[in-house]
Amino acid sequence: MIIPQHVGPIDMVAVIPYIAIICVLAFVLLLVPGLVWIERVVVALIQDRLGPNRVGPRGLLQSIADGVKLFFKEDILPANVDKMVYYLAPVLVIVPALAAGAAIPFSIVKIRLDSGVVEPIPMVVGNVNIGILFILALTSLQVYGIVLAGWASNNKYSLIGGLRSSAQVISYELAMSLAILCGVFICHSLNLVDIVNHQGGYWFGIIPKWNVFQFYGLGAVATIIYLIAMTAETNRAPFDLPEAESELVAGFHTEYSSMKFAIFFMGEYASMLVVSGIATALWFGGWQPLFPFLAFIPGWIWFIGKLMTFIMIYIWVRATLPRLRYDALMSLGWKKLLPMALVVLFLVALVDTLQTPSQPVGSHVAQGHLAASMVIGESQR
Amino acid sequence: MGRGLAILNWSLIGFWIMAIISVCSAVLMIANRNPVRSALFLVLGFMMQALLYLSMSAQFIAAVQIIVYAGAIMVLFLFVIMLLNIGSPEALRERGGLQAPAAIVLAIVFLLLLAGVGALGGSQINHLMNPSVIPNYGTVDAIGKTIFDPSKPWLFPFEATSILLLIGVVGAITLAKRRL
Amino acid sequence: MQSYVPFVMFTAIGFAFIFVTLLMARFVRPSAPNPNKQETYECGPVPVGDAWNQFNIHYYLFALLFVVFDVEAAFLYPWAMAFRMFGLYAVVEMIIFVALLGVGLVYAWRREALEWE
Repeated sequence: MIIPQHVGPIDMVAVIPYIAIICVLAFVLLLVPGLVWIERVVVALIQDRLGPNRVGPRGLLQSIADGVKLFFKEDILPANVDKMVYYLAPVLVIVPALAAGAAIPFSIVKIRLDSGVVEPIPMVVGNVNIGILFILALTSLQVYGIVLAGWASNNKYSLIGGLRSSAQVISYELAMSLAILCGVFICHSLNLVDIVNHQGGYWFGIIPKWNVFQFYGLGAVATIIYLIAMTAETNRAPFDLPEAESELVAGFHTEYSSMKFAIFFMGEYASMLVVSGIATALWFGGWQPLFPFLAFIPGWIWFIGKLMTFIMIYIWVRATLPRLRYDALMSLGWKKLLPMALVVLFLVALVDTLQTPSQPVGSHVAQGHLAASMVIGESQR
Repeated sequence: MGRGLAILNWSLIGFWIMAIISVCSAVLMIANRNPVRSALFLVLGFMMQALLYLSMSAQFIAAVQIIVYAGAIMVLFLFVIMLLNIGSPEALRERGGLQAPAAIVLAIVFLLLLAGVGALGGSQINHLMNPSVIPNYGTVDAIGKTIFDPSKPWLFPFEATSILLLIGVVGAITLAKRRL
Repeated sequence: MQSYVPFVMFTAIGFAFIFVTLLMARFVRPSAPNPNKQETYECGPVPVGDAWNQFNIHYYLFALLFVVFDVEAAFLYPWAMAFRMFGLYAVVEMIIFVALLGVGLVYAWRREALEWE
């Protein structure tokens, strides 16, 4: 479908980011109740029990009922909390997650410009030049919400949960950002739209050129590192130690009730959606179709389909794996994922260097200086 | 563009909003008795500085400001505050010493400096306020091409940074694990 | 810069949404505070002292190691964008940089700083 640039007085190119705002907000905020329902049903299926089946057909209205209940619940403010930080913490969890979602492109629209040229315009709220770094910056802020919730509650369990969680999140952030770097290497861009566009096309007309299949399996290793790190980043099972109910009551949100709790809950699902969205865009080709003959399906359906696949993996993993012990968690992050990510990164760099013998503009000058400056560099050291 | 119009400039309005929030958060950070809240105001200040960098099209510096300062160093600060039991309000209270007179002297010096910059007038400052003249200025690309260019002298400082960070690791471990 | 305008709007809407839901709930929900309800919940027993207490130094160690490697990652991004221009030279340059930090990681490993006690 090709849309003309001017529909009446409206310039479509300028309007697209604002349409994207509505799409992303509606998607995240409306989908969260649906996700909760899907999760409960799927986990029940895997664990061979009934799951929600009372409210509405097949329990479909269950999470809406939960939401309404939380809305009308009394808001208990414990006596010893630090009020300002206590109310700020849930906001700090959800806003970075939402804001990071703004940088993920989820589809593409073809627009016929006034000049007659048909141009593909990405559907994204902010097509930021440094997209990936921007998202990393925002997700690195999420740690505050958790650690401050734990601290402000003035509850020992909460504080332990908050500290655990923040230590876990920062540990896996390293592996995550190094894995993302591998993707940046393969596409040679930080802009997520460029990254997705780079993944168009097929080998032998059938295997998609997604980053996960690139670089002789190195892309797949980086993808696996990213997927593990993203599960840990969102504090989901089997990395859900911060809210390990058998030891810490409910972890950092023990003292949170009513809507404040609901916002924590929404924040968890929003950040799940965001990291899955990054995985989709960075490794699995974003809106690019799986096979060339399926290209008639619109891009946003592909994107949402891939996104939901990751959500399903999340749920599946949660229903299958037991929780890790804390020392095992830290040693997985620091002793396995981090060195592995570094090695993969350098292998990707080496392969890329050997693959591209001819260099772009200015290489001649750079080459000329190479020998001389290496001598200078050595003598300086 | 006349000066009257320049004041109504959107980017200038943005600048003033960010600048005011930034200064206020800095003041609140110092004035607050509670160390955790102080740390939070410092984070707010960092965010505003990141936005200021962004408004000067220094995208990479803005991102690094948030990732490293707000996302890593301040988390370390928070941990230290929480671990050392100075997290409880009213635990930090200092009085006496040379702090007050020193602060007054420094404040006077700072105000004089500001006045001096103001006295230079708009003409010299104006061109500093429109930095996005160079194409690709401040992009990650441009920074990488500058740091890693063999014909530029940044190789040694770059590798020295690594040694500095290594010293940091060794120092921290030695401090935390006293028994050798 | 243009691309940040819708983004700022989006974040503002996000903020507004959160505040409105928190505020709206205030008008409809009951409020019946009492001292027992407002006590810190620690599984029933009466809490002893504050939670604002001293904690395991290990969290600090991990945070510091994180700062170091985060700075490293920050340097890796411009490198990733530029290294094609300089080829193998840039790769060697970065391998030295990361190897030095790798020494730090190995040191931490050998001193059992990565061990959780």
